[in-house]
Amino acid sequence: MGLTGLEIFKHLPKTNCKECGFPTCLAFAMALASGKTSLDLCPYVTEEGKAALESASAPPIKLVKVGTGDHVLELGDETELFRHDKRFFHPTGVAVLISDTGDAAAEAAAFNELEFDRVGLHYVTDVVAVKCDSGDGAKFKAAVEAVAGKTEKAMILLCEDPALMEGAAAAVASRKPLLYAATADNYEKMVEIAKANECPLAVRGADLEKTAELVDKIVALDYKELVLDSGARETSQVLADLTQFRRGAIKKFRAFGYPSITFTTGEDPLDEIVQAGVFLSKYASIVVLKTAKQEHLLPLLSWRQNLYTDPQKPIAVEPGLYEVGEVNADSPVYCTTNFSLTYFIVEGEVENSRVPSYILSVDTGGISVLTAYADNKFSGEIIAKAMKEAGLEEKVNHKSIVLPGHVAVLQGALEEESGGWKVMVGPREAAGIPKFAKENFA
Amino acid sequence: MALEIQRERYRSKVGQVVLGATKEEGGTRSHTVTVGGESTLPFLHFEGEMPHRPVIALEITDMVPEWNPCFGEYYDDVFEDTAAWAKKCVDEYGADLVQIRLQSADPDLQDRSPEECAATVKKVLETVGVPLIVIGCGKAEKDNLIYPVVAEAAAGENLLLGVAEVENYKAITSSCMANLHNVIALSPIDINICKQLNILIAEMSMVMNGRIIIDPCMSALGYGIEYTYSIMERARLGALQGDRMLSMPMIGNIGHEVWRTKEANTPVEDAPGWGERAERAVLWEATTAMAFLQAGLDILVMRHPRAAALVRKNIDELMQDNSY
Repeated sequence: MGLTGLEIFKHLPKTNCKECGFPTCLAFAMALASGKTSLDLCPYVTEEGKAALESASAPPIKLVKVGTGDHVLELGDETELFRHDKRFFHPTGVAVLISDTGDAAAEAAAFNELEFDRVGLHYVTDVVAVKCDSGDGAKFKAAVEAVAGKTEKAMILLCEDPALMEGAAAAVASRKPLLYAATADNYEKMVEIAKANECPLAVRGADLEKTAELVDKIVALDYKELVLDSGARETSQVLADLTQFRRGAIKKFRAFGYPSITFTTGEDPLDEIVQAGVFLSKYASIVVLKTAKQEHLLPLLSWRQNLYTDPQKPIAVEPGLYEVGEVNADSPVYCTTNFSLTYFIVEGEVENSRVPSYILSVDTGGISVLTAYADNKFSGEIIAKAMKEAGLEEKVNHKSIVLPGHVAVLQGALEEESGGWKVMVGPREAAGIPKFAKENFA
Repeated sequence: MALEIQRERYRSKVGQVVLGATKEEGGTRSHTVTVGGESTLPFLHFEGEMPHRPVIALEITDMVPEWNPCFGEYYDDVFEDTAAWAKKCVDEYGADLVQIRLQSADPDLQDRSPEECAATVKKVLETVGVPLIVIGCGKAEKDNLIYPVVAEAAAGENLLLGVAEVENYKAITSSCMANLHNVIALSPIDINICKQLNILIAEMSMVMNGRIIIDPCMSALGYGIEYTYSIMERARLGALQGDRMLSMPMIGNIGHEVWRTKEANTPVEDAPGWGERAERAVLWEATTAMAFLQAGLDILVMRHPRAAALVRKNIDELMQDNSY
C-alpha cells in the first residue's frame, strides 16, 4: 500500500533545495509516491524521516525468495484479501516431503519429474522439503545433499535441532533453502545459522500470539527473511490463523508481514489434497504435502493455477489453425474463438468425437463466442479473414466449416464473406460436438 | 506491537431457507434441512455465526444415465429404480439431500409426461425421508409443463425446485407459490443478472420471501472455476453488507460439471502424465467442491460417493471452532 505524495512530503525537509533534481520538496514527494524516483536522492532527509517512510511504504507482506536461478520461488508480496479486488500475485509453493530415513535421492529424482501439461499450460511442483527424522546430523546432511544433487528446484530443510541443521544448511547454502524452523527454544541459534548461510528462516510459534512475539524477537536480532507458521495443524484453526496473518499484514501489523507455510495432516492422500486446497485458497504461501502422486497433485496444481490468474485478463490461446488427431484433406473444420476456456472445451469435445478435425481459433482478443459476437469481434468477415490467413483452402478439399450454434445468425454472412464455403451450424454447447460429428462426419 | 485479532463486523447475514416438511408441518419428511444464516465468511467462527453446516446432496436421474462406467460399482443395482437409487444415496452414502433430475422427460430422450414425472417424485418421497431437490430435463418448454404437475403432486413437501432463469422464471415460480416450494434461481456467472432474477421472483409474490436459493452457475476445476468462485465471493460479501437481493443461500451442481471434464474421464493410458484416473477424478470433484465451500456454497450437489465423503470430512473439520 503506497503512501500519497502529501504523506511523504511531511517527512521531507521542506527546504526546496533542488539538489534532488526536482524544483520543490512537494514535487519530489509526488514523484516518490508514483515510484518515479528514489529517496536516496534527498541528502537532507533525517534518519527518522527515512525510517518512517521506509516502514510506511514497505509492502504489507515482504517478498521472500527461496531457491536460486531459474527455480527461485517468490513468496509473499500480496496485497489483497480477495482475488476479485485486484489479483493474487505469487502462487502458493507446493512442496513434497521427503524423509532422510528413506531413499532421498530416488524420491527427489521422482519429485523432479512432477510436471504436468494440461490445456496448454505447464504446471510444476516447486519445492522439496527434506525432513530430519533420523535424528542423525550426518544422515540428514547426506540426504539433503542427495536431494540437491537430483533437483534444482527450491528446498526446505525441516529440523529443529540447530546442531543438526547447521551442517545440512551449510552444505546446500548456495541453494538458499528455507530453514524450518525457529521456535521459542532454538531461535537464537537458528537465526545465527540463517544469517551465516543467508537463508530464509521459518518461524513457528505455539499459537498466533506466540508467533507474533517470536517474530519480534527475531527482528530484534536484525533478521527479516522470515516465513510464518502459527503452529496450528487443525484445518479450521489453520484457516483462521492464515486469515489473521493476511488481515494483520494488510493492516500493517508488522509481525505478520511475511509469507506463511502450512502442513497437511491427513493420513489419506485424498484428504490431504482437500485440506491443502483450503490452505491454498486462503492465503498460504507454501503447503507441504506427503503425497507425490500425479493423480493427487494435478487437481491441486490446477486449482492454484486458476486461483492465481489475473481476473482482469482473459486467458487466450494463440489464434490459428489447430489439428486434433491425424487430420487429412477430408477432415472437418470447426471454428471458435481464442478464449482459452472456450477453445479447450471445444478441443476436448472434438477429441471425444474421435473424428480427426481442424479447429480454427479466431482472434477475438481472448473473449468467448457470445461476448465476441456482441462486440463484433466474431463476425462473418473476421472468421473469413482468419480462414484465409490459416490457408484453409489448401489444407482441406471440401470447403465446409462448422460454426458454433450460438452464432447461427452468422451463417449467411460467413458464406458470403468466405466466397462460397458451406457453413454448417454446429451445436450451441461444445458438449454436443460428439453427437454432431457422429451424425455428420462418421 | 500487541497482537490484535482482526474481526470484521458485517451489517447483515445470509437468509435462512428451510427445505422439506415433516408430518406436523404438512409434509412427510423425517426431518427438515435448514441452510444459510451465516453472519461471516465461510468457517470464520472467530468472528461470526455459521448456524447451519453446508449440506451435500447426491444427484440421481430418473433414467439410466450415460455416466462414466466407474459409477457402476456404486449404482449398478439401482440405476433403473429411481426410488431405490435415492434410498441407496441416503442409507449407504450419507446424502443430506437427494436431487432428482427428470431427464427422461426430455422430448429427445423418452419424452415422459409430467404425470409420469410426478409419479417418480412421489415414489421417491415415499421411499426416503430426506428433503428433495427436483430439477427439470433442461428443455424449458417441456419443463414448464412439468413444474405445475410435480409441484402439486408434492404439495406440502417443501421441495427445492429448479431451475428458474431470467428468460424463464414465471411457470416455476407460480408452481412454487401455489404449493409452497422453494425455487433455484440460476444466473450465468453474473452478479447483476443474479440480483435481477431474485427481484423478479420476489416481485411475483411475498410468499417467495425466504424461498429462493441462488445457483451462481457452476464451473469445474480447470474450466472457469475461478469466475464462479469470485462471483460467489462477491455475492456473499454483498449479502453480509446488507444487499437483500444477494442474501440467499447458494447451491451448486458440482458433479454435473466435473464429470464432463477430460480430467475426470480420460484413462491414464491416454494421458500418461496425469496419473491414475480413479483418484484423479474423485479429487477433481472434491477439489471443485472444496473451493466452492471456501466461497460460501451452502448446498453441494455431488455425484461420486467417495468425493462426497471427502468433502463431508472437510466440512466436519472446518466446522470446528476456531475462535480466539
